[in-house]
Amino acid sequence: MNVAVTLDEIRQETLPITSEAGPAPKRIVVAYGFWVFLLSDIVMFSALFATYAVLVNATAGGPTGAQLFNQKIVAIETACLLASSYTCGLMSLASGAQRVDRTYVLALVTFALGVAFLALELREFVGMIAIGATPQRSAFLSAFFTLVGCHGLHVTAGLVWLAVMMAQVAIRGFRPNVLRRLLCFALFWHTLDIIWVWLFTVVYLMGVHS
Amino acid sequence: MTDTRYDRAPGDALPSAELQSATRSDIGIYTLGLALAVILTGTSFWVANTSLIWPPGIPLGLAVLAIAQMGVHLVFFLHITTGPDNTNNVLALAFGVLIVFLVVAGSLWIMANLHANLMPGPELMDLRMQH
Repeated sequence: MNVAVTLDEIRQETLPITSEAGPAPKRIVVAYGFWVFLLSDIVMFSALFATYAVLVNATAGGPTGAQLFNQKIVAIETACLLASSYTCGLMSLASGAQRVDRTYVLALVTFALGVAFLALELREFVGMIAIGATPQRSAFLSAFFTLVGCHGLHVTAGLVWLAVMMAQVAIRGFRPNVLRRLLCFALFWHTLDIIWVWLFTVVYLMGVHS
Repeated sequence: MTDTRYDRAPGDALPSAELQSATRSDIGIYTLGLALAVILTGTSFWVANTSLIWPPGIPLGLAVLAIAQMGVHLVFFLHITTGPDNTNNVLALAFGVLIVFLVVAGSLWIMANLHANLMPGPELMDLRMQH
């Protein structure tokens, strides 16, 4: 009897800590592994950012960032990506609640905003190449196209992934493995937005300013 | 005594499997994050274009705003918290930030040194860059 009373008096803090509560669910392990991958992706981007920052003044007499960049386009691109990150978050909530229609609609909005972002970015690239600001023109432009293009490729991969995930939801439904993949996709998409925050700050806003 | 606690995955708004329904407050977290991100982005664009701020301070201001917005995204969208159930994710993030800092700051530092020590003077530099 004394023992039972003592057990009841144990406070929340003295319960087994996480590592003693048995193995973590697969969902946790998968998301943690994907988080480590995303951090390695961020490290790769940091090398591209460092390259860009070193080469930003090596324009070889060619056009500078201040002459090339259009802040209005960048603002619209930023709005598209931020809004798609938001709808992607709402999509994770909808899929967690197993609401199929809501998931489809929010995935469609996320996809459309991602496509709008990519279209604007491609339009910018084509416009720059048309006036001779190609990657071959200067070290600054090589670094610019590598950095911004690499982010664009990630967004493209994310859009393909989102389409594949919607097909999986349609065919297989909200099975645990499909839900885990959706969780990883949401992580990927939010991380791309973090990288874009640094892109528009370092490349566009600091470039236009200097 | 079945009150076990679970680890939390990054991006995981819901700590346990029983609570898998989207509530108003979950949507509120994302909406609050979006509002903060919009404010910070708007401030960044304003700072880059204003004449009110001492011009050499603008890049520093932009960097601070970007760090703040990164924090907003991590907390409100990726759900990285400082709670005990999130230690693994925070430690991985801290290591990633350390590596990013070393790569970026180290590259800029050593290249600025090389530039100062090895490159010819500004007049010759202009000729070389225009070549």
